[in-house]
Amino acid sequence: MSTFITILLAGILTDNMVLSKFLGICPFLGVSKKTDTAVSMSLAVIFVMVLSTAVTYPIYAYLLEPNGLAYLQTIVFILVIAALVQLVEIVLKRLAPPLYKALGIYLPLITTNCAVLGITLLNFTNGYTYGESLVNALGAGLGFMLAMILFSGVRSRLEAADIPESLQGLPITLIAAAIVSLSFLGFAGIVQA
Amino acid sequence: MEILLAIAIVAIIGLIAGLGLSTASAALEVPADETVENLRAALPGANCGACGFSGCDGYAAALAAGEAEPNRCAPGGPSTAAALAELLGVDAGEMEQKAAMVRCGGSCGHVQIKYEYQGRPSCAAAAAHFAGPISCPYGCLGFGDCADACEYGAIEVKDGLARVNPLRCTACGRCVKACPKGLISLLPVSLDAVVRCSNKDKGGQTRKDCTVGCIGCMKCTKVCPTGAITVQENLARIDPDTCIGCGACAETCPVQCIQMLN
Repeated sequence: MSTFITILLAGILTDNMVLSKFLGICPFLGVSKKTDTAVSMSLAVIFVMVLSTAVTYPIYAYLLEPNGLAYLQTIVFILVIAALVQLVEIVLKRLAPPLYKALGIYLPLITTNCAVLGITLLNFTNGYTYGESLVNALGAGLGFMLAMILFSGVRSRLEAADIPESLQGLPITLIAAAIVSLSFLGFAGIVQA
Repeated sequence: MEILLAIAIVAIIGLIAGLGLSTASAALEVPADETVENLRAALPGANCGACGFSGCDGYAAALAAGEAEPNRCAPGGPSTAAALAELLGVDAGEMEQKAAMVRCGGSCGHVQIKYEYQGRPSCAAAAAHFAGPISCPYGCLGFGDCADACEYGAIEVKDGLARVNPLRCTACGRCVKACPKGLISLLPVSLDAVVRCSNKDKGGQTRKDCTVGCIGCMKCTKVCPTGAITVQENLARIDPDTCIGCGACAETCPVQCIQMLN
C-alpha cells in the first residue's frame, strides 16, 4: 500500500510529467490560458493515461517481451494509444455528448501527446507491476493537472500584469513556465519512488 | 523468422484496432443534423464572413441553433434570405440590398502629389508614410488594396481612385476592411445622393489639398428642402431616410462633391 502512495506522490510532485520530465509541454503551453479548459484537458489526459496503461501493459508483458520484441514497444504503443483515443472519442460522442463537447478538440490532440506515450514507456523502465503502473499513470495525470491548473492561474495573473512590449505573449509565458518548473525542484528528493 | 513475427504482431494489432474503430463508428454513429446540411447548401459558399460567423459552415450551424437571423448573408442577398427562412420556417425579415461605396472623389487631377512614393504598391504601406503621397490625408491612395481584396472583381482603380461596380458588388465587406483610410462603407443601393468625400479638415485646408473636397460651406444644408443634410466635422452628411433625391444639393455644391446616384 505504501508503495502505491509513494508512486502516486512521486508522479504528482517529484517526477512531475510537465515540470520535471518536460513531457507534454505542448498542451501545457497551448491550453493553459483559462482554468476551465485546463481542467478539461487534464481530465482527458488522466483518463487516456490510465486507460492506455491498462491496455499497453498486457500487450508488452504477454505479447512483446516473451517473443523478444521489446524494441517494438514505441510503435505498438503509438498505434494502440491512437486507436484507443479515437475509440473513446466515438463512444463519448454517442453516449456523453456534454462531456464530448467539453473536451472538444483536446481529446484528439492527446493522440499525439508525448506525456501519454512517455508514461506507458516509463512504467517498464521503472519495472512497475500492473497495479503500480496504473497508479503511476494516475499520479502522472494528476501531476499534469496540478501543473496545468497552477500555470493557468499564473497566466491569468499575467494577463492583467503590465508586461514590457518585447516580452508580451509567448516570451513571458516561457519565462513564467521556467519559474514554475524551478519551484518544483524544491520537491526533489522528498519522495523516492 | 523473428522479423515475420514482429510484422505479424504489429499488423494484427493494427487490424484489430482498425476493425474495432470501424465497427464502433458504424454502431455508434451519430446522425448528422440534416437542417445544417440543407442550410449550408442554400448558402453561396463564398466564406466571406460578412454574416459575422466563421464562413458559411459556421453561419449554417448558428442558424440551425437559432442563434442568427436568416438575413445576414450579404453575397446571397434577399433570395438566399428567403431560402434560409423557408428552411427554418421563420420570417425572412427585411433585407436591404447593399453595395460598397468609396467616399472619396479625388482622382489624379484633383489632388497634389506630396512626394514621390517608390515603395511597395500597396495603400496600407503608402499610408504609413506621412499618410500617403497625396496632399489629402483622408483621400483614396489608388494602389488598389480594396480591388485586391475583392473576390468578385467589382472594384477597379481608375485615375488613382477606386471605383465600385455596384452590379458586381455583393456587399461582403472585405474592401471595407482592406482600406487603410476607412473610405469604403456598405450603403443601401437605393440611396439617392452620396457625399464623395471624407475630409474632416477645415474648409481652407481642404481647398488647398483637393479641388473636389467638401469644404463644409453649408450651402447644401440650406437648399435641401427636407433638411436631410447636416455638416459635422466640416463634412456634409446626408440622411438616407429623409433624402428625397431631388438633386438640389448636387447642383449647389461649389466643389461638386455630392453625387446623385441611380
